[in-house]
Amino acid sequence: MTTAGEQTPHISRRTARLELRNVTKSFGKAEVIRGVDLTVEQGEFCVFVGPSGCGKSTLLRMISGLENVTAGEIRIGGDVVNDVPAAERGLAMVFQSYALYPHMSVRQNLSFGLENLRTPRGQIAETVEEVAAMLQIDMLLDRRPKDLSGGQRQRVAIGRAVVREPRIFLFDEPLSNLDAELRVEMRGEISRLHARLGNTMVYVTHDQVEAMTMADRIVVLRDGQVEQVGAPLELYNSPANLFVAGFIGSPRMNFLTGRVEAGRLRLDNGQMVDVPHGKFSLEDGAAVTLGVRPNHLIPVAETVSGLHATVRGIEQLGGDSYVHAVTAAGEAVSLHRPGQTDLTVGAEVYLEPDPDQLHLFDTATGRALRADPARDSSAEKS
Amino acid sequence: MANVTAFLTRTRGRGRLHWTDWASYAYLALGVFLMFGPVIWLVVSSFKTQAELDRFPPRFLPYAPETVQLDGHAEPLPLFRVTDGPLAGETVAQVRRIGLTSQVVRPEAPGEVVKINRADRVPVERVKPALENYRTLFERFDFMRYFWNSTFITLTATAITLLVNSMAAFALAKYEFRGRGAVVALVIGVLMVPQSVVLVPLFMVTREFGMLDSPWGVIIPGAATPTGVFLLRQYMLTIPDEILDAARMDKASEWKIFWRIVLPLSAPAIAVLAILSIMWRWNDFLWPLIALSRSENYTLQLALNSFQGEMRTEWSSLLAMTVLTLLPVALVFAFLQKYIATGIASTGGK
Repeated sequence: MTTAGEQTPHISRRTARLELRNVTKSFGKAEVIRGVDLTVEQGEFCVFVGPSGCGKSTLLRMISGLENVTAGEIRIGGDVVNDVPAAERGLAMVFQSYALYPHMSVRQNLSFGLENLRTPRGQIAETVEEVAAMLQIDMLLDRRPKDLSGGQRQRVAIGRAVVREPRIFLFDEPLSNLDAELRVEMRGEISRLHARLGNTMVYVTHDQVEAMTMADRIVVLRDGQVEQVGAPLELYNSPANLFVAGFIGSPRMNFLTGRVEAGRLRLDNGQMVDVPHGKFSLEDGAAVTLGVRPNHLIPVAETVSGLHATVRGIEQLGGDSYVHAVTAAGEAVSLHRPGQTDLTVGAEVYLEPDPDQLHLFDTATGRALRADPARDSSAEKS
Repeated sequence: MANVTAFLTRTRGRGRLHWTDWASYAYLALGVFLMFGPVIWLVVSSFKTQAELDRFPPRFLPYAPETVQLDGHAEPLPLFRVTDGPLAGETVAQVRRIGLTSQVVRPEAPGEVVKINRADRVPVERVKPALENYRTLFERFDFMRYFWNSTFITLTATAITLLVNSMAAFALAKYEFRGRGAVVALVIGVLMVPQSVVLVPLFMVTREFGMLDSPWGVIIPGAATPTGVFLLRQYMLTIPDEILDAARMDKASEWKIFWRIVLPLSAPAIAVLAILSIMWRWNDFLWPLIALSRSENYTLQLALNSFQGEMRTEWSSLLAMTVLTLLPVALVFAFLQKYIATGIASTGGK
């Protein structure tokens, strides 16, 4: 891939803002999208992330026009496009299976869309050459998709989207069929492509690493509803609820249930944890869940307020170590230590959560407990 | 060629034949004999004269009596070898036969007629294909007209069949609409109705449309075949929907998706249906027999049938015409069969 500064005379930059207003989708009685409100700003790289079956792909297909909208409004560049067919929306989509036309050469694959737009032949040839050079597939133009490797097919699929000069790019889990190494490489390429073209991009993935590394903004979806919208680190640092806290970050956040007792937290295993004052609004007797990330649990000498746990498994990666342990109450906790660890399976550890990095959630509703209720609700709704 | 030889002489035993080699070659030889035997017999017989065909017991190769042109005789005379009597061992030409006596001449003395017993001579024969069987087809019968009728009906009907069936199959495979399941069930249901059941209603409908005794009366009624729709639909189901979605995103119209994406990807199934349709139409006999009445509209199959009279059957012409009728289908199959096995639809995805 060439650098962002180079000229691309035949690819114009068109981009648009995308707005979803209370969008819903039902298949028969099953409601798969339940009132999504979302605005993707012009030129933004927005990632939809969520577990499989959360409706993220359906939402993307509704934006593309391949799936119709049951209720609500989709606006692209300010115009309501609910009844505009996919072909007329000026979008381009990269599919999970690439969906290249198997009987056409790469060149024909790239030019098919332009032919349908009645672009003059000369211009098609120039645009195709330029995009192919940009994606480094110019030497593959006369091959058939079956003669390409997975990564090359992926590039062709992206190229097919780029030549169309779409207002918005839609990506439907484009990297899930690639091996780990290629995935990292293509992640970088798509990010550079975004930097270079500056189009609005909507990217669907179930992989939170992809979401964290590529997104300007992440939309976490569950059961057809938006759980939280925000910049990657915003989601990581202040998750709005238990689901987002557990979904973003790897290994996932540790959750320990307990009750508030005189401003402190009594965990179900009987141990007491000090909670910094002023950061959370706590009511005595409330059932809460303590969330702490694996790298914010520090093994310490036996202390009064520390957590007591038994090591069940250790993953030594050389540069990092992950320790999986079980508390006296049977709750699994994991622990991330930089470097290598000398802990062994069966060892007893005492853990101290970093008091500045604690998250507290209402066990019943799952919502984050914070001192400022206004901020709380805004993060929830967004 | 070396590949073919290597393939045909492949054995399990190394160096010598394993008993399974004997068994498989014997089995295969039996298969070849059962399948090719009748065809070879047909082809060889088509080169036999009527007299040779009537002969019992039959002989495999076409023989014709050796003749000689002698002075003083207008027609060529058949040669005989004399087995008994004064001329024993000599070859003579027969002038005429009267009862049990045969009047012959020796080729050296064409004017001197000798009478010998009919039982004392055997005909001198040699292998000679009776090409006049084929010549007659073109001279006495209007073979080219029937050939053209058959070709026109076969090609037109196949083209219409492919177009109509693939369109129906596309709709049934790739569009969601109310009643789709019912339509598919109906198509499959029609598969189970034998043609003879619908023959009379079909005849009446064709008559009402005024298409009787015209090629269109043969072409149109059979254009949409449930087999074809079913075959193509099953194949089109294997084309991933994402490819169609991609084409929609590429601003292709639904017709363009059908024409540029679905049809090329269904090529193997379409080739199969083309072969089937050509064979059905070319070999079809019953419906053309009902729909066509004037002999200038006859297809080859009907023309063949007309050789078979109530009193007498012209086997020599019939067999020659049968061979010519078989040829086009055999050629079509030979050239198209390689497309049957080729599948390309599944290679565009992961």
